[in-house]
Amino acid sequence: MMNDDYGRPILRMAQARLGGLARMRLAGIVPAALLAACLAAPVAFAQDQQAAPAPAATTGVGTAPDGSKTEGGQAATKDDLGKYTLEDGRPTYHITNDGTMDWFTYSGYRRYHAECHVCHGPDGMGSSYAPALANSLKTMTYEEFTETVVNGKQNVGHGTADQVMPAFGQNLNVMCYLDDLYIYLKARADGALGRERPSKREDKTKAYGANENQCFGRPN
Amino acid sequence: MRKLAYAAVLSMTAAVYAMPAMANDSVLAITKDPKQWGIQTGDYANTRYSKLDQINAGNVGKLQVAWGFSTGVLRGHEGGPLVIGDMMYIHTPFPNIVYALDLNNEGRIVWKYEPKQDPNVIPVMCCDTVNRGLAYADGIIFLHQADTTLVALDAKTGEKKWSVVNGDPKKGETNTATVMPVKDKVIVGISGGEFGVRCHVTAYDIKTGKQIWRGYSMGPDSDILVDPEKTTVLGKPVGKDSSLKTWEGDQWKIGGGCTWGWYSYDPEANLVYYGSGNPSTWNPSQRPGDNKWSMTIWARDPDTGVAKWVYQMTPHDEWDYDGVNEMILTDQEFDGKPRKLLTHFDRNGFGYTLDRISGDLLVAEKYDPAVNWATKVDMDRSSPTFGRPMVVPQFSTAQQGEDVNTKGICPAALGTKDQQPGAYSPKTKLFYVPTNHVCMDYEPFRVSYTAGQPYVGATLSMFPAPNSHGGMGNFIAWDNTKGKIVWSLPEPFSVWSGALATAGDVVFYGTLEGYLKAVDAKTGKELYKFKTPSGIIGNVTTYEHKGKQYIAILSGVGGWAGIGLAAGLTDPNAGLGAVGGYAALSNYTNLGGQLTVFAIPN
Repeated sequence: MMNDDYGRPILRMAQARLGGLARMRLAGIVPAALLAACLAAPVAFAQDQQAAPAPAATTGVGTAPDGSKTEGGQAATKDDLGKYTLEDGRPTYHITNDGTMDWFTYSGYRRYHAECHVCHGPDGMGSSYAPALANSLKTMTYEEFTETVVNGKQNVGHGTADQVMPAFGQNLNVMCYLDDLYIYLKARADGALGRERPSKREDKTKAYGANENQCFGRPN
Repeated sequence: MRKLAYAAVLSMTAAVYAMPAMANDSVLAITKDPKQWGIQTGDYANTRYSKLDQINAGNVGKLQVAWGFSTGVLRGHEGGPLVIGDMMYIHTPFPNIVYALDLNNEGRIVWKYEPKQDPNVIPVMCCDTVNRGLAYADGIIFLHQADTTLVALDAKTGEKKWSVVNGDPKKGETNTATVMPVKDKVIVGISGGEFGVRCHVTAYDIKTGKQIWRGYSMGPDSDILVDPEKTTVLGKPVGKDSSLKTWEGDQWKIGGGCTWGWYSYDPEANLVYYGSGNPSTWNPSQRPGDNKWSMTIWARDPDTGVAKWVYQMTPHDEWDYDGVNEMILTDQEFDGKPRKLLTHFDRNGFGYTLDRISGDLLVAEKYDPAVNWATKVDMDRSSPTFGRPMVVPQFSTAQQGEDVNTKGICPAALGTKDQQPGAYSPKTKLFYVPTNHVCMDYEPFRVSYTAGQPYVGATLSMFPAPNSHGGMGNFIAWDNTKGKIVWSLPEPFSVWSGALATAGDVVFYGTLEGYLKAVDAKTGKELYKFKTPSGIIGNVTTYEHKGKQYIAILSGVGGWAGIGLAAGLTDPNAGLGAVGGYAALSNYTNLGGQLTVFAIPN
């Protein structure tokens, strides 16, 4: 792990995967935030290792066997955090026929509009200086998303650009909700969710709350 | 002997007063000459008024583009050019290039200064990489860069005389504001309220860049430069620990109160005026108390930095109503008596009129009828809550609590007005104010602080003010002695451009679609409009060169207006998923970075 001028950890893409994390964990240098991110996404990381290479981002919303909206209409299983996961291990949104959405999509909406929207615009629509993530996630994979949020991105000096995304790897307000943000933006990108504030939603589970507290280092 | 010594002291005092080397003198001389435009706000009083009248209500309809200039940068362009003698000085957003253009030679570039800044400062700047312009005094151009480096440049050559660093971008400390030269000092503010910065105002020696004093917005009395006995709030001493008492624990150390707005100066009273911004975080439940002195109008002595008076407009902010907007200083009749007034259009939607010498509150009225978070400001002098807003519980995000979505608050976080400065015409005695007409839902929640990372703590969604004209802005004329709107022009988008009033009875402003508009100062009737290449968030400037009056404006959409407005805002009353009920700004304009200069053809 290296630090840039601003003291932020720069993780190599490979290290963002479980292998890298496992190596760092052995070395005893896992920053709290990364550990938390890892805790918040245990299923995804574990499955990611089994199911490599990760599939390319798909296609859009479809109707899953249980009748609700998921990515590509794939079957999704729900865990005790309230998170739905596809067979390949990636997290997904889950919106039932009456519009009830999973907790992660709602939570992602909320966190997005605190941490991301000052640059990326409301509802992932972009601004005059940052891309519309509701478009970006049509092609960006879960792994690319994670890597970009953790390490940031620079596109400097290309005519109009000077677009610089900070590394959020040490920001608990982002890292503790990495999957939430992905799931929400994927729902926007797939067209499963419009530009509305999510109204009907599943409740936050006890396990989610406990996980959240652990991530922030707060007592349960 | 005694008599002689006394005489000697007297003559020495006289000698001190006769010394011409104060920056004041050069700024005052230039701002008294309407041919030049020597300070971003037009004059020390921030009136943005010009005595030029060659362009007037009778002929402004004939205005045409005289010349233009591309800055080469396609981001939000706030502020405007300075005109000093025969030179025009233009700044850009990050990377903060400075151009000196020769007005005698068709705008030829005399020199260009491009600082080298770490691009990592870009994402730490909340809401685009804007810069509100250069300042000038005594042959020096002052550039305050995004990374908080203050640079003094020789106005003739562009040569760097000195530079000083005011903050640390690694902690989220950045700059978007201009600076104000006063006496032998330069007054400098700082940004970072969304990063938990404890903000301050600093005075640097104009000759060397050496720091003279620094006054924080919150903390111990020695940090905030108040005198517990002599500094007053609404006529009473502030008392000991006036700030510390209003915070819980160490929260004040990451308390915000940033100082990125405009500064004004009354040379007679020897007071500098400015406003401090929102307390950090946006989640009010994490910072119980009044959070003094965030959201405050400050009057400080420029020599020592010590505050003469303070007035907190929005105690314990629950909506991000930064108090940084400009303080406009006027001498007017109030209740039949001549008064030295300070008028301020706050983000919170109230237009305040104060006595700028005593800090006494005279008027506080809504300057947009949509404002609903408070019924009024308590004006009962005998009341224990005198001067405080009467908050409506339904719209109190603190009373509704964490994790509750408080709906329908007006105005939205961007305020009834943001930094876009108003203007005052002594001819009409009216203030001309560019405003936002936007409301919001606001849901605060718990966040943790990491240095240099966003520290926000609320989700908000914004929409055009319901049950109104459907647009997101108004351009209004305001009577500050009565607290009344005289006329109001609806605009489809927020008016994010600084106004200019002139002796020609014309008022100018820009719009987000890119129009430069001229309206009648008395009636608001539209007299002229021209669509520039990009949306306007810059401030209108006027000057005279070789006997001809010009109007100049920077185009280049961006800033906070570039967020959301670029994508369009949805109307919650139009039903779920109603996209495009209000057309997106991106349907009207695109990124840009150019100066357009207008004149009446011969």
